[in-house]
Amino acid sequence: ADSYDDDVELLTIRHQPEGLEQLLARTKFTKTELQSLYRGFKNECPSGLVDEETFTLIYSQFFPQGDASSYAHFLFDAFDADHNGALCFQDFAVGLSVLLRGTEQQKLKWTFDLYDVNKDGYVTKEVTVGNTGGLVGWGHPHGHLPAPCVLQDMLEIMKSIYAMMGRSTETALGASAPAQHVELFFQKMDRNGDGVVTFEEFLATCQEVRGFGQGPSSSSSCL
Amino acid sequence: MAAGVAAWLPFARAAAIGWMPVANCPMPLAPAEKNKRQDELIILNVSGRRFQTWRTTLERYPDTLLGSTEKEFFFNEDTKEYFFDRDPEVFRCILNFYRTGKLHYPRYECISAYDEELAFYGILPEIIGDCCYEEYKDRKRENAERLMDDNDSENNQEGSMPSLSFRQTMWRAFENPHTSTLALVFYYVTGFFIAVSVITNVVETVPCGTVPGSKELPCGERYAVAFFCLDTACVMIFTVEYLLRLFAAPSRYRFIRSVMSIIDVVAIMPYYIGLVMTNNEDVSGAFVTLRVFRVFRIFKFSRHSQGLRILGYTLKSCASELGFLLFSLTMAIIIFATVMFYAEKGSSASKFTSIPASFWYTIVTMTTLGYGDMVPKTIAGKIFGSICSLSGVLVIALPVPVIVSNFSRIYHQNQRADKRRAQKKARLARIRVAKTGSSNAYLHSKRNGLLNEALELTGSTEEEQHMTKGTSLIESQHHHLLHCLEKTTGLSYLVDDPLLSVRTSTIKNHEFIDEQLFEQNCMESSMQNYPSSRSPSLSSHAGLSTSCCSRRHKKSSHLPNSSVPATRLRSMQELSTIHIQCSEQPSLTTSRSSLNMKSDDGLRPNCKAAQITTAIISIPTPPALTPEGESRPGPGSPGPAALPSSANIVKVSAL
Repeated sequence: ADSYDDDVELLTIRHQPEGLEQLLARTKFTKTELQSLYRGFKNECPSGLVDEETFTLIYSQFFPQGDASSYAHFLFDAFDADHNGALCFQDFAVGLSVLLRGTEQQKLKWTFDLYDVNKDGYVTKEVTVGNTGGLVGWGHPHGHLPAPCVLQDMLEIMKSIYAMMGRSTETALGASAPAQHVELFFQKMDRNGDGVVTFEEFLATCQEVRGFGQGPSSSSSCL
Repeated sequence: MAAGVAAWLPFARAAAIGWMPVANCPMPLAPAEKNKRQDELIILNVSGRRFQTWRTTLERYPDTLLGSTEKEFFFNEDTKEYFFDRDPEVFRCILNFYRTGKLHYPRYECISAYDEELAFYGILPEIIGDCCYEEYKDRKRENAERLMDDNDSENNQEGSMPSLSFRQTMWRAFENPHTSTLALVFYYVTGFFIAVSVITNVVETVPCGTVPGSKELPCGERYAVAFFCLDTACVMIFTVEYLLRLFAAPSRYRFIRSVMSIIDVVAIMPYYIGLVMTNNEDVSGAFVTLRVFRVFRIFKFSRHSQGLRILGYTLKSCASELGFLLFSLTMAIIIFATVMFYAEKGSSASKFTSIPASFWYTIVTMTTLGYGDMVPKTIAGKIFGSICSLSGVLVIALPVPVIVSNFSRIYHQNQRADKRRAQKKARLARIRVAKTGSSNAYLHSKRNGLLNEALELTGSTEEEQHMTKGTSLIESQHHHLLHCLEKTTGLSYLVDDPLLSVRTSTIKNHEFIDEQLFEQNCMESSMQNYPSSRSPSLSSHAGLSTSCCSRRHKKSSHLPNSSVPATRLRSMQELSTIHIQCSEQPSLTTSRSSLNMKSDDGLRPNCKAAQITTAIISIPTPPALTPEGESRPGPGSPGPAALPSSANIVKVSAL
């Protein structure tokens, strides 16, 4: 009975986006682009809100062989600016605006925020807090003891990316492939070797390693 | 990928930025956007109703008509819209498919019309959404069955199949008693003897009054000889019938295994066994048992009664429900019998001596018969007895509606089949009329063409107008086509008369139309009032000498036929008289008379596919045509004749 009531509630929640003018101000899209974006958004989610489950469902359809749910979870968190558990059109449009029309720095910031799973400002490799005291302070430079949970920034991200490829790759490459990849990443990124990557390090490395304008997220090719 | 999700693809691509810093290799280049243009609205005009949608909506499914460049064929430059001359109602569903990704099947739509539309727009029916798929499949299956039914009955009822062997005719006579009178007689005779046999079996056992000096005897023993003779006669008839059927059956092995044949055998075997076994005391008991099997003769009636067959078929198709009924009843009987037995065990002089003995009580109670020969006496027994009767009602009532509905469905199906067959006869008759009427159009126009030339010379413009006004462009082109065919083959068209074989005689006959017959035909046709569907049928001659492809240069005069209006009849006759005088036909009379005979048979079913050479083109009868218009789709007019190739155009002044 509870789930049914919840469903009913979700149906009755309808969210209207803020006006077109305001969105125009907040994003870098043109009016027609916003219109076209909204039409697609509203078609898929008539109620105006995307909850994480629907979001995961939609995103998974692009990766039929793999399991995109974990990566979708991270994406959802990244897009959900106000962290209310549902994506509204503003979040969607603003996020897309950054990704497609933002400056390189803005894009990198967005990516960094994506990697920073626990949103503490640092991208960590992996930290396990447990009774093995040796690892306790390893991930966090300020010496605070993190809350007794598992902090896994990059490893989680990496594992979720690999998961999207599907089970076949996992068995072929072995379970350690993500970890190795994380190692490589940290070797590149972690300038001062303190085990975490700050935004400055990230920015510096990315800007010098390659131009950030290629790939599927180049601005005009999406809309 | 569902249509709507495609809208999220830009988003997914944008979100892929998350991979880039992590990637070890450079990313591939993005695909070039070919002709990236702003999304535009396109207008789809379907029979006047305008639908508008975004171009990208349609392009979601590139392998359909609307999603590919195929729709460019339908683009109308003047109005800048895509025009489809199709059903707008169904188009609604099709367009919704592009919008939502789900194809729905509207219930009110005819299944074959819907299929056609789907085929036109290049959409596979398999993608119909789950909500509508079952309905679609059901209706499609129903339709297919119906068509198969029609085809079957058509095949069965085909005119005279010339090459049936004797054996096949016999089999057909057995299966369809309506095919010939002999079959009908046979049918009724066997039915009569079945009835006689059954009645004698019954009457045999009736006590027949007393012979003085002995006790009352059943009739069978009193008039033993008479009954024996009757029995013998019946069995002989049945045996002969069985043997005939066995001989005529197309597959004897299958026939022997069929239910009806088993019934036949069971019906007649007791007699023969009785003959063979004489008054042997030991086996007379068994012999008596055998006589019981004689009652199976009553099942032979199922060949005569369709209702019985339906009942049998229903029971067969409800086998699972019946099985369930039986099973649940057995369970309940055993349970209650056990309970009753132990409940009644205590009471003295109880009839419930054992559990099997209690079965009888349980059955009688559950079916609410309640004979009263076994009654519980203890209180516990009475309680359980009442529970037993209550539950009996339920258990029996449950599977019965299923069986009833099955029976009803099959019965109605049969009714429908019969109804359709009757309707079909009427429909086919009407279609034949239309077809034969249409063949006149061609010949009529030929005559018009002739008269036009004739009249050109006489300068009578009024007639011309009458003649030429009537034929539309399509008609005239069609007639021209037929004319060309005539020229090619050297034969010519006559009004349908399937018995007229293709003759190669050079004799052309002109038919004088019996006025009365013609008028009668006119009456019939005007009452039927058909807007022509025409198909001429091919008949006779060779040796037409007129050139093809130009009516203008017709040298010979073809005098066709039939649907000459009464007013013109005399003039036509005059014309024809003159023509005949000009020609050099010796044996005109004989051929004419023979044609006359055939025509007097009236409308012949024009069903031979071999003789219909063109497809039916529906051309509305132009109303501008004067009295001719009414009488044009006339039924079976007598065969016209094309006049032979005299090279002269006869000037007719009588017109």
